[in-house]
Amino acid sequence: MKRNQQLPADDTAPSSMADHQDVLRDWVAHLRQRHALLREEWLRRVRQGDMLPAMSDSETLSEATSLYNNYVGVLETGSVEALQSYAQGLSERIISREVETHEVLGIVLALRDVLARSLLDKYHKDFQRLSQALDAFEPATNRIAAIVAASFVGQRERVIGQQQKAIRELSTPVLQVRERLLILPIIGAIDGARAQQLTEQLLRAVRTNRAKVVVVDITGVPDVDSAVANHLIHAVEASRLMGATVIVSGLSSEIAQTLVTLGIDLSTVKAVVDLQGGIEEAEYLLGHKVVKVGTPTIGGVELHASPHTQTA
Amino acid sequence: MRVPILKQRDYLIASAQSVLSDDDLQRLRDDLSVTVSRHRSKGVIIDVTVMDVLDSFATRTLRAIAHMLRLRGAETVIVGIQPEVAFSMVQLGLSFTGIGTALDLEEGLTYLDRHTRAAHGHDH
Amino acid sequence: MDTITELRVPITSAQDIVAARQAGRALAKEMGFDTLAVTLISTAISEVARNILDHAERGEILLRPLNHGARAGVNVVASDHGPGIPDIARAMQYGYSTRRGLGVGLPGAKWLMDEFFLESEVGIGTTIKMTKWLNRNG
Repeated sequence: MKRNQQLPADDTAPSSMADHQDVLRDWVAHLRQRHALLREEWLRRVRQGDMLPAMSDSETLSEATSLYNNYVGVLETGSVEALQSYAQGLSERIISREVETHEVLGIVLALRDVLARSLLDKYHKDFQRLSQALDAFEPATNRIAAIVAASFVGQRERVIGQQQKAIRELSTPVLQVRERLLILPIIGAIDGARAQQLTEQLLRAVRTNRAKVVVVDITGVPDVDSAVANHLIHAVEASRLMGATVIVSGLSSEIAQTLVTLGIDLSTVKAVVDLQGGIEEAEYLLGHKVVKVGTPTIGGVELHASPHTQTA
Repeated sequence: MRVPILKQRDYLIASAQSVLSDDDLQRLRDDLSVTVSRHRSKGVIIDVTVMDVLDSFATRTLRAIAHMLRLRGAETVIVGIQPEVAFSMVQLGLSFTGIGTALDLEEGLTYLDRHTRAAHGHDH
Repeated sequence: MDTITELRVPITSAQDIVAARQAGRALAKEMGFDTLAVTLISTAISEVARNILDHAERGEILLRPLNHGARAGVNVVASDHGPGIPDIARAMQYGYSTRRGLGVGLPGAKWLMDEFFLESEVGIGTTIKMTKWLNRNG
């Protein structure tokens, strides 16, 4: 056989397909037979590359055996289900161990290299069989690497997301200042995701504390545009469904005017200029049952720059 | 599942026991209509604590019930809307303007006390 | 997680609306959506299922879990062979600021999900495809 003979690309004769299967079966058997040896070689490379320093030797051996078997399983059956399942489990197990993505990828590629070497070893005298084996090997290993990497990265993103949520909630505590009265001071920009998180937090706090009034202070929110205003309106309306009144403090008359001009209907929102005014308004609502009269408004937004002097 | 209606002083309390189907809502409407008339109730509390979804149909029907009850001289207050349900309703653009809403049964009773004695109560 | 397969719920009666949204709730919970997302998904299913009943009298809700490697979500396909919607633009025109009050079922569901597609042809039927992605933020 000539050294550089290539299989014709369009050779689809049945015998060649059977050959493919033959080679694959033959090679998988070889991989299983030599699994201890090849796995040892692989682990040697892993240690040499200083990958997975956080895992103990026995853990590494256990995972390596599973990964090896799953890897060969994909080569043998063409199905990636078992591998996906294993990769998911592996990602969950190692995610808290400060493993880097490049380490995970490095390990998978190291195994690929070891298996490729064994492939060359076995078939270097038979170029046709080598070619057939590579035909099966190459796409499979690419897929395997992609699956493991995607699984790990996905797990990482899930954990980061959970941590971000926890940080957000911790950084925006809902404060109970008095019976039935809550304050929610918001600092920083509000986008759609944060607005949803804040509203959910607010509504849950209303339920837990049986709040009747909540003062949402937006003094610390840099840009109050129509999107933010709409989120606030939603929070106000949702709170009303739970029997609570929301007072928005920190909304300057200029911004209120701008929002009204933009067509935002603030008539359902009780707005005050500052937190102090908000708390006073809240106490008024909690302590008095008579309807207030003579409050200055702009476009339906009640504005209070000074404490109430009237009492019921 | 039929919604049980309890009488408490001048009020009626209807507590949904499970997810309400369209038929359950229609039947609730009929039952309340009859019961309010029979007892000349001044107020009705509809407790939706166990309802995990309040869609546009349920909201419309509850509003229609409240409207019907007002014609029979009774104020309605909806209690027990859960945070997630309140959020969803607002996202959908649904509301209960014109009907009282309160946190729970206790608040519902307070609401009715306030709104049935006064000549014309305000939406809270 | 890979063992969840798609679920078809025929919509022919009001009871089926409840069945569809309960199925959606169960699937969303199993996939790890939080309480709020589960409620949004169930409510959206309720709205589109009701829309089928109101306009086409019969149809189907198909619930599909999506698992695209690092991303997971739930896909809902509501289809019917009803009269179709003659003026889709107008039917869906309820904008952000005008969705107050009683709300409208069909466009309303749009606000509850992450992706929303509607195809309709007069005399043929309507298909709505909506997706909610499992939010990395919990």
